[in-house]
Amino acid sequence: METLPNLEQFNLTWIDYSIMIIYFAFVLGIGWALKKYMKNATDFLEAGRSLPAWVTGLAFISANLGALEVIGMAASGAKYGMATVHFYWIGAIPAMIFLAIFMMPFYYGSKARSVPEYLKLRFDEKTRGFNAFSFAIMTIFASGISMYALALLMETLLGWNFHMSLFISAFIVLIYTYLGGLSSAIYNEVLQFFLIVIGFLPLVIIGLIKVGGWDGMVNKLAMPNPLGLDTSGFDHSWQNISPEHPMGGWIGIFFGLGFVLSFGYWCTNFLVVQRAMAAGSMSDARKTPLIGAFPKMFIPFLVIIPGMIAMALLNSGDETFHLPAKGSSYDYDLVIPMMLKRFLPTGVLGLGLTALMASFMSGMAGNVTAFNTVFTYDIYQSYLVPGKSDSHYLRVGQLTTIFGVLVSILTAYVAAMFNNIMDFLQLIFAFINAPLFAAFLMGMFTKRTTGHGAFWGLLTGTFSAGLVHGFTQPVGAESLVKGGWTGTVLQTFPSEMAQNFWIAIIAFSVALVATIVISLLTKRTKTDEELRGLVYQLTPKTIDDSKHWYHRPGFLAWVVGIIAVILSIIFW
Amino acid sequence: MGLDIKIPIGLMFVIFGAILTIFGLVTMGDAMYEISIGKNINLYSGIGMLAFGTFMLIISDLKFGKRIDESLGIDEEELTEEAKKELLNK
Repeated sequence: METLPNLEQFNLTWIDYSIMIIYFAFVLGIGWALKKYMKNATDFLEAGRSLPAWVTGLAFISANLGALEVIGMAASGAKYGMATVHFYWIGAIPAMIFLAIFMMPFYYGSKARSVPEYLKLRFDEKTRGFNAFSFAIMTIFASGISMYALALLMETLLGWNFHMSLFISAFIVLIYTYLGGLSSAIYNEVLQFFLIVIGFLPLVIIGLIKVGGWDGMVNKLAMPNPLGLDTSGFDHSWQNISPEHPMGGWIGIFFGLGFVLSFGYWCTNFLVVQRAMAAGSMSDARKTPLIGAFPKMFIPFLVIIPGMIAMALLNSGDETFHLPAKGSSYDYDLVIPMMLKRFLPTGVLGLGLTALMASFMSGMAGNVTAFNTVFTYDIYQSYLVPGKSDSHYLRVGQLTTIFGVLVSILTAYVAAMFNNIMDFLQLIFAFINAPLFAAFLMGMFTKRTTGHGAFWGLLTGTFSAGLVHGFTQPVGAESLVKGGWTGTVLQTFPSEMAQNFWIAIIAFSVALVATIVISLLTKRTKTDEELRGLVYQLTPKTIDDSKHWYHRPGFLAWVVGIIAVILSIIFW
Repeated sequence: MGLDIKIPIGLMFVIFGAILTIFGLVTMGDAMYEISIGKNINLYSGIGMLAFGTFMLIISDLKFGKRIDESLGIDEEELTEEAKKELLNK
């Protein structure tokens, strides 16, 4: 008879612990091996701009495969089914292609060492400052959320002390990023990528066999749910989309998620762009997002399907699987832990848990290294202590690693106040990133856009995002963090997600209009000569030097795009 | 950066694979596999990881293929695209 594993009974054996310890040893060992290459600030903060495309490409995806993905996406899989793939396909692939083909030449080709620095070169000091500070705060928050989620999980799953797990995971990330900087984070992200994929495969395979394969799962999802939730149609990504759907209808998904949020994240977020900028050549930098796009398209099968399997098991009245209730539904963030417990015996269980830890660490290290670079170059070197020697900034970069991790620990405790991690992150992205893409779009593709236009566009956009948030609410909102803080609710959305998509659309549109209007009202401060390499019309077209046509970014972009369309049709 | 990440990846998965394969063989038919619906998931995963780890080591710079570069005193990882082209033209 199958027994119900519950929170108290659950114990790891020596074999699980040895897998974890071996993993930690490798992670730290990679940092140690790279220590000798850290001779100047460029090595530490930009990985010496020397890495091969497949490494930066996998790191590009892995840095994003943190807490937000594995726990949050499995939770969404259980809540919304295959519709969650919109975060991976429409919500990522077009933006990654755009970054590779149109934007990378400006990032990599200009002298900029970071995204804020590009803004300084293209616009002015205040635009850079705004971006640098908001980005620094955002990455620290994201890093803290990763840590909080990991510690909470270890506490729930293994009964480990919350504070101890938090400090140990922070300490390991600190050591390897301190030793090897960005290179260490990137190389470890590649290792973590393979570990995450291989560690979660057994769960997906065993789970699917248990529910009778894809068809069995779909049949069970069509059955009535014990809590009365409607899970039928979970096997379709587009078919059930309507304004009443939690994802918010076609316009919300296409423009809010697929355009504004997605392009705002993938094309302007230094966390991911930094990986591409660490590549060894222009061609490799442009291929980075495209190589990353291949695994990106298939990650949903690893993280969303466990959530759907969980719902199928609950619907079929399987007594061996249990998901704690929370309010009138389930505690969805526990889908992955409960599935690991239900299906994996000691051995692969250790591997699955190690994969989970790896995902948190890659997310956190990605944030820490991006924070490092922005803080050292765009805050410290620009505003606090300019004009020092390179070795001075190398030292500052290293110390910033420690500072960043310490502040992350603080924010981890702040994050403990919010229950749905992903919705909260989306909210921050909507406030800051949505208007940011408007500034980039106008700045990169028109030379008329001015620094004042971009800066005030960003501010108005961010402000309008806050305002929309103040006048709208998702259904059943209990706190003002969810919106409606003005006291007047003009619009109620079916979910926070739909609300966020719409906030993004409005913030972007306001920022775009404001940027155009203010640019036309203000004088250009940069000459055509100064904007060479920064603006589309003033830059010679990038000629790719790949030896074979099938190595060229253009060709890869078509392949990626076509596969994404085919997948969308299959899972219509 | 002179680190071929395929080597640590390969080594780590060979070690994981070996541990799980041996553990799977020792625990063959054990009652603990009831939760993984009777499948000896440790053994299968172990074999899979051994294969993946070995593959990574084979395609790494550790043993095969890179001998010629080494005899010329060239570290492939350190070469930029341009330097590679120059070498090819020679």
